[in-house]
Amino acid sequence: MAERLRHSLLTRAWHWLNVVAVAILFFSGLNISNAHPRLYWGEAGFEPAEAWLHLPAFPAWMTIPGYYSLAEARAWHFLAAWPFAFGLLVFLVVLPFSRHGRDFVLRRRELSRAALREDVARHLKLDFAAHGGAFNLLQKYLYILVLFVLLPLMILTGLTLSPAMDAAFPWLLDVFGGRQSARSLHFVIAWALFGFVLVHIAAVLLSGPVRQVREMITGGRAPEAAT
Amino acid sequence: MIGRRGIVAGLLGGLVAGCTKVAQSGPGGRLLDAVEDWNRAVHRALTKRTALAREFAPAEISPTFRGNGTIQPDGFDYMMQQAAEFAGWRLAVDGLVERPLTLTLDQLKALPQRTQITRHDCVEGWSAIGQWTGPQLSRLLRLAGLRPEARYIVFHCADRLSGSPYYESIDLIDAFHPQTIVAHALNGAPLPVKNGAPLRLRVERQLGYKHAKYLQRIEAVASLRGIGGGKGGYWEDRGYQWYAGI
Repeated sequence: MAERLRHSLLTRAWHWLNVVAVAILFFSGLNISNAHPRLYWGEAGFEPAEAWLHLPAFPAWMTIPGYYSLAEARAWHFLAAWPFAFGLLVFLVVLPFSRHGRDFVLRRRELSRAALREDVARHLKLDFAAHGGAFNLLQKYLYILVLFVLLPLMILTGLTLSPAMDAAFPWLLDVFGGRQSARSLHFVIAWALFGFVLVHIAAVLLSGPVRQVREMITGGRAPEAAT
Repeated sequence: MIGRRGIVAGLLGGLVAGCTKVAQSGPGGRLLDAVEDWNRAVHRALTKRTALAREFAPAEISPTFRGNGTIQPDGFDYMMQQAAEFAGWRLAVDGLVERPLTLTLDQLKALPQRTQITRHDCVEGWSAIGQWTGPQLSRLLRLAGLRPEARYIVFHCADRLSGSPYYESIDLIDAFHPQTIVAHALNGAPLPVKNGAPLRLRVERQLGYKHAKYLQRIEAVASLRGIGGGKGGYWEDRGYQWYAGI
């Protein structure tokens, strides 16, 4: 019988592609944010009084490029958007047909409040072992949220910022309640994903970082199925 | 010892420096430029040529319409025209056309007009909604008669930014789009100076910097080389994308 890998080649390739693409998107996005650091709801807005949020100027050391340039930041943002969007598309299309797809399915016994309480307690004890599956329960919820909600929303809200895409797909404006609402969501979800990355890195550091990173490169070996 | 924070700062510094190096290298710079062509190709493939930008209700018009870039041209000729309320303003339509035109504002207003309430999206990120009125650019181009070798329409403006004349250009798909108009009115009144008086372009499926203000001359050309910095517009010559549908 062929040895089962813990992470398939597709998962590993997508993971490292995203490390690069998402980092470029996020930090070039901060440069773009500096061009007009205010957020609005609805279709339009430009006056300070219309804004629901006034943003800080993000310092040059945390932006791509490392100085204020809206033109160059946009070029980086759109370059990284292609592998990000098509990587997600390929991953989501292949996932249901792969063994990994089952790891995201919530089992009936996981839907109880007791199961959730138990998993939260385990996390508080820094016990990250998965019980009876590749993911523990909080991990499942978080990955479902990121993979099926937040990442697709980033792409859709990003498309809504494009006047040409709005002409081609006017429903985008209806879904998000206008271009400036989409821009606000794009910004808020970007920071939510930043938070996810922090939690993700913290979990890796607390659960054997050398082994985790090595296995995300080599594939590792799947834990023996319980018999 | 390097702490975790040091490692994170180091990785980020490496990423920023790496991106800067890539952008400055020949192949890296070309890759960044190529993305604009992919975006345009996919947008054109996904969008019907005549797909309209959304038009809004009068109640959705922004209370004021922000002026950006030049908000008061400082040339002597422009100021004289402004003092005379643009009575002597002329719009030339020339270049690769059969019948070069010179039109007065009254002649432009006598043509069939299109009025549209649309959203203006600045590359910086803000938006404003306004009602624009003017003849379709396609009508002017048909009056002048484009020659077959014409590929782009160039817009020459009366204002200068940082000492260089402002100009812009679009392709024939956008030039003949029904919502591409030469506007002389905003919200039912003559264009304010900050918004491009007396004439500005509206090309609704692209970002704000394509909407050239203070229009003096519309020129049909076969190539954008040799005009300004050769990239097709004032901001394009300074690194911005020529295709501004995104």
